[in-house]
Amino acid sequence: MEFPKDLKYTKEHEWVKLEGNVVVVGITDYAQDSLGDVVYVELPQEGVGVTKNESFGVVESVKAVSDLYSPVSGSVAEVNDAIVDNPEVINEDPYGDAWMIKVELSNAGELDDLMNADDYQKFIEEEK
Amino acid sequence: MTINRTTGLSPLKARGDMLMDEPLIFERSSEGRPGVLPAAPDVPAVDARKFIPEKMLRDAIGGFPQVSEIDVVRHYTRLSQWNFGVDTGFYPLGSCTMKYNPKINEAAARLSGFSMLHPYAPEETAQGALQLMYELQEYLADISGMDAVTLQPSAGAHGELCGLLMIAAYFKGIGAMRHKIIIPDTAHGTNPASAHLAGFKVVPVKSEANGVLSAAAVEAAMDDDTAALMLTNPNTIGLFERNIKKIAAIVHKKGGLVYCDGANMNALMGLVKLGEIGVDVVQFNLHKTFSTPHGGGGPGSGPVGVKKSLEPLLPVPRIKKSGKKYSFAYDRPDSIGRMKAFYGNFSIMVRAYAYMRRMGKDGLKRASEIAILNANYIRERLKGHYQLAYDTPCMHESVFSDKLQQSNGVTTLDVAKRLIDYGYHPPTIYFPLVVHGSIMIEPTETETKETLDRFIDAMKAIAQEAKTSPELLKNAPASTRVGRVDETRAAREPILRWKPKTGI
Repeated sequence: MEFPKDLKYTKEHEWVKLEGNVVVVGITDYAQDSLGDVVYVELPQEGVGVTKNESFGVVESVKAVSDLYSPVSGSVAEVNDAIVDNPEVINEDPYGDAWMIKVELSNAGELDDLMNADDYQKFIEEEK
Repeated sequence: MTINRTTGLSPLKARGDMLMDEPLIFERSSEGRPGVLPAAPDVPAVDARKFIPEKMLRDAIGGFPQVSEIDVVRHYTRLSQWNFGVDTGFYPLGSCTMKYNPKINEAAARLSGFSMLHPYAPEETAQGALQLMYELQEYLADISGMDAVTLQPSAGAHGELCGLLMIAAYFKGIGAMRHKIIIPDTAHGTNPASAHLAGFKVVPVKSEANGVLSAAAVEAAMDDDTAALMLTNPNTIGLFERNIKKIAAIVHKKGGLVYCDGANMNALMGLVKLGEIGVDVVQFNLHKTFSTPHGGGGPGSGPVGVKKSLEPLLPVPRIKKSGKKYSFAYDRPDSIGRMKAFYGNFSIMVRAYAYMRRMGKDGLKRASEIAILNANYIRERLKGHYQLAYDTPCMHESVFSDKLQQSNGVTTLDVAKRLIDYGYHPPTIYFPLVVHGSIMIEPTETETKETLDRFIDAMKAIAQEAKTSPELLKNAPASTRVGRVDETRAAREPILRWKPKTGI
């Protein structure tokens, strides 16, 4: 299982990639593996506000329906609509083509609360 | 035509057409073949065109199957024989309480005074039915320690909605609306959905490492905008929320209410009165706890019990008793209104009432005790063969996981599918979500020790197969008409209606 070093991670298994004042958000390799085959994903509209630790969407696999929690607060700058039609991409390329939303940060300080790759890997070892 | 895997014969040769895949009733259709020939009318025929506008008339129904009576009977009889139910085998579906449904309940529900009763029958001619409903409410209030009960909701989640609408009405009524509901991660999956539907915002709370909710977690989440804590007790891991009194006190102190999902009440009858340990609202799942047939669409029944302060809010009509006379009471200005047309799923109430009368107070208590004993027997004997999610005594159900099988590449789904080959309905899997790869087993009190032993042996044999020949599990079920289905593809590319090969 891969956990790229240049990403930050949440306890709810989302990853974050900083691109200037915008962050890209998706779910981790561990999350897609635990969920199993993803069959449905629901994402927010462009322009809506998201709040740290609150749900911004839903991902559904053959096993379960799970909320997607926003790692940061801000407004949604871009949505990856392509994965809505092809949710299997989330299983195939969780850190690449399966990015979910881009968020314009309202409080860059929130990024400090996130884990780096090593800490996240330790966290999921404990969770298992 | 498919060749039967075991016999190597075509199904037709093997056993007539008994093993053949049953075609759809539409595919059995033969143009012009009538099912029944009605007798010739003994009154003059009338031309419908004279009375009904042309655009509302049709000469034929397109695509309607044209089959003989015997073909219809055989078709549905065969399909019924493919069913798996409590009457055919052990059905340890966790969280669903698939106990045996005694046939005396069916006899009671079929008494013509009940089964033929019209919902608009005058109250004077429906006194027996009203008495039954009134007394059922009283029994449920007694079992749960609540002050008043409504029988209206159609099933568990509908009861949850009813309870939450009353909670919303309660805060509106005292002029201090609240907007949040705290729900632990060990509550039933329907709870957050019901809270959303009732207009609340859901605040999730995590259970402790020992599987139960801590007072500290509720204390931290509870505030002046929280209408209620909504928990399931015993929770969905099958553990009793033992801090509930302390937790209820915290919620009450901040002016909130406590909702208990009573779906797991099969562990509590005669042992715990929820009303005495701080619960203000509870729904009952008659179809689970009180032995009415369910699974496959119901109908269920989800009565709701409340404490005195919420009684004026109960749905209308209420059933009133004056002397020996029963009637419906509609004049209840604070009521949340109707939850359902007429009075709820009446025939289910009759079955539950028959069950309770036959069991009596002591019998119901004994049922809960045996349900707990059976679950713990399975837990203890499968321990070590499957990983226990929480290694403490459980209530009416026990949760395992596939952790010990993972090194062989075997998952919970494979174990569940293999159980079908051993003749059992698989337990609930991948729920509760707090346990990775969960296998949730609820045997209920109605199974004999011999049945439990056979099931345990099957589970152990499967654990062994997982080590020695995992492909048996990966390819299971092998004994069924349809093998492993592609659940992912079915969800991603659902085919939602049948279409004929040639157009209709």
